[in-house]
Amino acid sequence: MAKLTFKTDNCKGCGLCVDACPKKVLALAKEKINKKGHHPVEAVNEDACIGCAFCATMCPDCIIKIEK
Amino acid sequence: MVVFDKPHALNDIPMHYCPGCTHGIIHRLVAECLDELGIEGQTIGIAPVGCSVLAYNYFNCDMIEAAHGRAPAIATGVTRADPENHIVFTYQGDGDLASIGMAETVHAAARNENITVIFVNNAIYGMTGGQMAPTSLPGQVTQTSPYGRDTNHCGFPIKVCEMLSELDGPEYLERVAVNNVKNVKNAKKAIKKAFENQINKKGFSLVEVISSCPTNWGMTPQKALEWVADKMIPYYPLGVYKDRSAGIVKGEVKND
Amino acid sequence: MADKVLMKGNEAIAEAAIVAGCRHYFGYPITPQTEIAAYMAKRMPKIGGCFLQAESEIAAINMVYGVASTGLRVMTSSSSPGISLKGEGLSYLAGADLPSLVVNVQRGGPGLGGIQPSQSDYFQATKGGAHGDFHMIVLAPASVQEMADLTVHGFDLADKYRMTSMILADGTMGQMMEPVSLDLEVKPMPEKPWATTGTKLQRKHNITNSLSLDPEELEMLNFKRYERYKVIEENEVMYEEYMMEDAEICIAAFGIASRVAKNAITEARKMGIKVGLIRPITLWPFPTAPFKAAADKVHTFISVELSMGQMIEDVRLATECRRPVKLVNRAGGMIPSPEQILEAIKEANKNGGAN
Repeated sequence: MAKLTFKTDNCKGCGLCVDACPKKVLALAKEKINKKGHHPVEAVNEDACIGCAFCATMCPDCIIKIEK
Repeated sequence: MVVFDKPHALNDIPMHYCPGCTHGIIHRLVAECLDELGIEGQTIGIAPVGCSVLAYNYFNCDMIEAAHGRAPAIATGVTRADPENHIVFTYQGDGDLASIGMAETVHAAARNENITVIFVNNAIYGMTGGQMAPTSLPGQVTQTSPYGRDTNHCGFPIKVCEMLSELDGPEYLERVAVNNVKNVKNAKKAIKKAFENQINKKGFSLVEVISSCPTNWGMTPQKALEWVADKMIPYYPLGVYKDRSAGIVKGEVKND
Repeated sequence: MADKVLMKGNEAIAEAAIVAGCRHYFGYPITPQTEIAAYMAKRMPKIGGCFLQAESEIAAINMVYGVASTGLRVMTSSSSPGISLKGEGLSYLAGADLPSLVVNVQRGGPGLGGIQPSQSDYFQATKGGAHGDFHMIVLAPASVQEMADLTVHGFDLADKYRMTSMILADGTMGQMMEPVSLDLEVKPMPEKPWATTGTKLQRKHNITNSLSLDPEELEMLNFKRYERYKVIEENEVMYEEYMMEDAEICIAAFGIASRVAKNAITEARKMGIKVGLIRPITLWPFPTAPFKAAADKVHTFISVELSMGQMIEDVRLATECRRPVKLVNRAGGMIPSPEQILEAIKEANKNGGAN
C-alpha cells in the first residue's frame, strides 16, 4: 500500500490520472469543488494503490505525491 | 520513501495550461532531467511565443523569453557566451519552431549548436485560439482551415525530424509522444539523452514531442490522447531519426 | 600621444569594440559594412572571442540578445535594409532592458535602395526603430577616430543605462581611411545581477523578458524606462560647435555632412559671412539646448543632410520654429557638395532671415 497526497487546489479535474491507474484507486470528486472551480481528483480506494506512479506520470499539473 | 514528487527544477506556481493539456507533463519531464543530471544551477531555458510563453515562470532555472521563433538564435548566443558551463534548452511549439522560426531551427541544427531543443507538436496554434499550424494534419479542421486543411490550397504538414535528419549537422533527433504512460517514460529517456549529449558537448539535440490540445481540438483530454494515437502518430511516426554517436543517420528510423 | 594607425572606419569600429571588451560578434554580410564582419572573423578566434556569421540579420540580433542576457558585451553591425530586419530584436532588447551595441553603416533607400552613403535612417534610429515606446542612444561619428571613440563610449552607455547604443554612420565614414589612436579609455563594466547565467542554486531564478500581460505593470515599466531616458537627455548629450561665437547663420549637420559643411563655412568666412556649425554627436538624445540658444543669435538655420530632410524636424523642434530652417540635401547615395551648401549660405545671408 502506498500513500497518496494531492495538491487539490492545483487540480484541474482533467482525469488523465484516473484513466492511468491500473487499480482504479482514483476518481474525480462528484460534489467537492476546489478553489479553481474544478472537481478535483481524490483517492476512493487508496488501499489498492501499489505505488506505480502511473497517475503522477500522466498528471499535467504535478499535484500528486506518492510515498511507500 | 518518496516514490514520486514534483521535481525541484519545477516551481510551485500553478500552471496556466488548460485542463488535460500535456505541456505540463513535458515541463515536468524537462525539470526531472535537470534534477537527475544535477544541472539546474547552470541551465538557462528559453521560452517561446505561444501557449508555453509563460514557461519562464515555471522553471526554477534562469529563463529567457524569446521573440516568436527566435529561441534557437538566442540559445546560440547563450551557449557561446560560456560554452564550458552553460546548459541551454529551448522549449518551442509547432508554430514557433516550424513556421516563423524555421530558419533559426534549421541553421542551429546545421551548425550543430550545443543546445537542447524541446519541440512540442500539437498540430495547432493554441494561444491564439486554434489556427492551422505548419504541422496540422491534412483535412484537420481549425479556425483558419474551417473546411479541413486542403493540401491543394495550403500545402502539407512539415515533418521536422525527417527534414532535419537530411542535414549533416545535428547530433540527435527523436520523436516521442506523451499520450500514455509508456510513451511518457520514453519521452523522458529521449529528453534526458538530449541533455546528456549537451553535457558531453555532442551538439544539437531535438526531441519532438507529439502532444495534445484538448481545448482547440474540441475534445475531452481523454479523447485528445486517443486522437494522438489514432491520427497524429501514424502521420508522425515515433522513433530516433538521427543519433550520430550511435551510428543512426538519416532515413534509418529506429522504433522501439 | 599614442601611436596612430591608418584604418578604415569600419575596421576602427571593430578594433575599438575589441578594446572595449566585446568578445562576441554576430552579423550577416551587407554592403557597405562588411569590413566589420571580416575584421571580426579574423580577430575573434585569435583572442578567444566568438565571430559567427548568422543565417540572417534577425538571427544575428537574437544571438546578440542571447549573449546580452548573460551580461557580456556583444555587438552586431549592418546597413540600412539589414537594420530594418533587426528592428524586431531592437524592440525586444529595449523591452528586456538589455545592453548591446548595434552599428548601422547607412546606405540609400528605401527598399533595397543602393549601396552609396546615406543618412536616411535618421528617423528609424532616433524615433525608436520598431514597435513600442523606446529609444536607443544614437551616436554619429564624423571621423575614423570618432568611429573608435564612440564605439567604446557606446558600450559604456549601453551598460550604464541597460539599453542599445547605435552607431549611426554612413558608407563614406565606413570606407574612409584616417589615422586613428586605439589607446581608448574603457570604463569598468557595472555589476549585472540581472544576468541569466545560471542560478548556481544560490539565488531565485532570473528572467530576461519583455512580456507583461498586466497593463498596469507594463505601463509602470514604460514610465520607469522613460525616467531613465530623461536622465540620459540631461547628462549624455554630445555635440560640437564650430565657429558659432559670432555666427548669424547656423548649419546643422552630422557625420559626413558636417565635414562637407565645414569646407563651405571656410569659404563663406572668406567672403565675410558669419556662419557656424552645430554638429550633433548624439542624435538621440538630440542636443536641443545649443540649438535653442543659437536661435537667440542667428537669423537662419540650414540643415545639411544626406536624406530628404529628417534631422531638420528636430532642429525645428529645438528652435521652436523661431527662425527659418532651410534644407540642403542630396539623397539616394549622393552627397551635398561644398558649393551647394555655400550657395545656400549666400542666399540666407542675402535674405537675413526673411523667408
